Amino acid sequence: MSKKNTALLTTLADILGERLVSSSDALHEITIEILSNDLLSVMRLLKEAERLKFHQLIDLSAVDYLEYGKADWQTQSASSDGFSRGVGATEMSDSVENSRRFCVVYHLLSVEHNYRLRVKCYLGEESPRLHSVAEIWAVADWYEREAFDLFGILFDNHPDLRRILTDYGFIGHPFRKDFPLEGYVEVRYDPEKKRVVNQPVSIEPRTLVPKVIREEDWLHSSKPLSEVKDA
Amino acid sequence: MPEIRNLTMNFGPQHPAAHGVLRLILEMDGEVIERADPHIGLLHRGTEKLAENKPYNQSIGYMDRLDYVSMMCNEHAYVLAIEKLLQITPPVRAQYIRVMFDEVTRILNHLMWLGAHGLDIGAMTMFLYCFREREDLMDCYEAVSGTRMHATYYRPGGVYRDLPETMPQYEVSKWRSEKEVQKLNENRSGSLLDFLQDFVDRFPACVDEYETLLTDNRIWKQRTVDIGIVTPERALELGFTGPMLRGSGVVWDLRKKQPYEVYRELDFDIPVGTNGDCYDRYLVRVEEMRQSAKIIGQCINWLKVNPGPVILQDPKLVAPDRESMKGDMESLIHHFKLFTEGYCVPMGEAYAAVEHPKGEFGIYLVSDGANKPYRVKARASGFAHLSAMNEMVQGHMLSDVVAVIGTMDIVFGEVDR
Repeated sequence: MSKKNTALLTTLADILGERLVSSSDALHEITIEILSNDLLSVMRLLKEAERLKFHQLIDLSAVDYLEYGKADWQTQSASSDGFSRGVGATEMSDSVENSRRFCVVYHLLSVEHNYRLRVKCYLGEESPRLHSVAEIWAVADWYEREAFDLFGILFDNHPDLRRILTDYGFIGHPFRKDFPLEGYVEVRYDPEKKRVVNQPVSIEPRTLVPKVIREEDWLHSSKPLSEVKDA
Repeated sequence: MPEIRNLTMNFGPQHPAAHGVLRLILEMDGEVIERADPHIGLLHRGTEKLAENKPYNQSIGYMDRLDYVSMMCNEHAYVLAIEKLLQITPPVRAQYIRVMFDEVTRILNHLMWLGAHGLDIGAMTMFLYCFREREDLMDCYEAVSGTRMHATYYRPGGVYRDLPETMPQYEVSKWRSEKEVQKLNENRSGSLLDFLQDFVDRFPACVDEYETLLTDNRIWKQRTVDIGIVTPERALELGFTGPMLRGSGVVWDLRKKQPYEVYRELDFDIPVGTNGDCYDRYLVRVEEMRQSAKIIGQCINWLKVNPGPVILQDPKLVAPDRESMKGDMESLIHHFKLFTEGYCVPMGEAYAAVEHPKGEFGIYLVSDGANKPYRVKARASGFAHLSAMNEMVQGHMLSDVVAVIGTMDIVFGEVDR
């Protein structure tokens, strides 16, 4: 498996040349990063190059890196009155560079060569836009609508960029990290007006389990994946 | 002569043939579809966002509710993604149990599909026949996990518990006489594996029964042959996977091409269609049921002679057993930490896919090293299939829309997430 991945990495470097910003092979998965300006030409090459033939776009998703690596609860040192217990909503700060807040992730599959590839393309906070790949893979149409709906990423040249999963007339992009889990509005039936009305949400925001980040060293006691896979 | 106008028709969201809450806006020229615009999202629950706000293990149950007719396969992709990030491998016995239940799930899913698809296009009896067998498999779910549908049985590191030695029994009641109960309990006297063996033995005959009703049935053929044809090239571009892709003649099955768990050790065949129409996809799925039964049989044989642990014995990941918790301080602490905080997963990203009954079901997991996933994305095959709706029904009659929805095997839990 890993031999195959090395071969794929060399082929990719060969074909993409300078357009390859970075590439990595982690957990038996190949990830490459490209610039948003090169997207269309790179994707065309990936699909059409004889040695790659990524005929399938398996998945397209977006990631919002706003809170990446930030924990609710720091337990490094205890103060005189112990660890803090209550956990409120985390305050937003701009520790992630604005130019890399969003990421559009493409998962490609080559049925012919049995390759998988992950292509990442970072976008800035201000008006994240990217060229649509719907002309290359028809399935991208809906995936891009989903990324637009949930993350507010705009796709140029998309045939029909509408919301897809949220309600008609929904405001905001719910999967962004600064969109609260409870949302802003709730829907109920108003017996006086005899219709369904929107009203501000009545659920209190709460954190049941705080997010903590710990370095675990126990992992090494279990059997690593590579031993089994390559056997 | 009266003027002929195009008609816009609203199909759903509450329509028995829509397999859930699908709203289709159909532009029709007489009875011929010119354009179909599916409106989805009526069942959107934000599963992925919810999962980002919970410790890893608490979301396993949410995965069941994505594609709610093939529950354990969804869990499988999720736990595989976590295991990939943790770089752990479950014990072999757990892998066999998972494969066995994946195939039980595949039969469950295909039976549901066959029954509902049949009912949609006029084969009423199929529904009753399929649900008869489905009931037995539901009992297996119940025996192993305690619930008939949303099992939450797979865990990172293995499965929740070993296979039970007894099956639940029917009891005598006002409605069931002793004689009846005795007959019903006949194949339930042994363990779960004995019960499944009995099922696997009689299931091929049941599939023959379905085939007698449908395969050469003139009406069935009229409704499915040459309906919704997709060429192999187009199928790839449309992101088709699973039976939808194989129906078009592309030989692709993750169980063979990128084997996970113990599929490499097992002997089974991959059925492939030739024309890419609804009829071929029907044939592919029916054959898959026979192959699944074959796989289950092989798993039973292995599991009967190979006892062993079914989950990793790692107290940082898996709760220690009750008994040790009573006497051992260490175990008690581990238990407390696991249930209040969970475990942290190293920073990184992973995509794990399984050959789900409907196609490729994958979980893309991004972790920032915390006890909750940073981003979970479920790649649902139904989403990609449904996006091809417009293309597949263009030029067909209104009644064929129902056949095409049926052949896609749509379940809105996974499409809308």
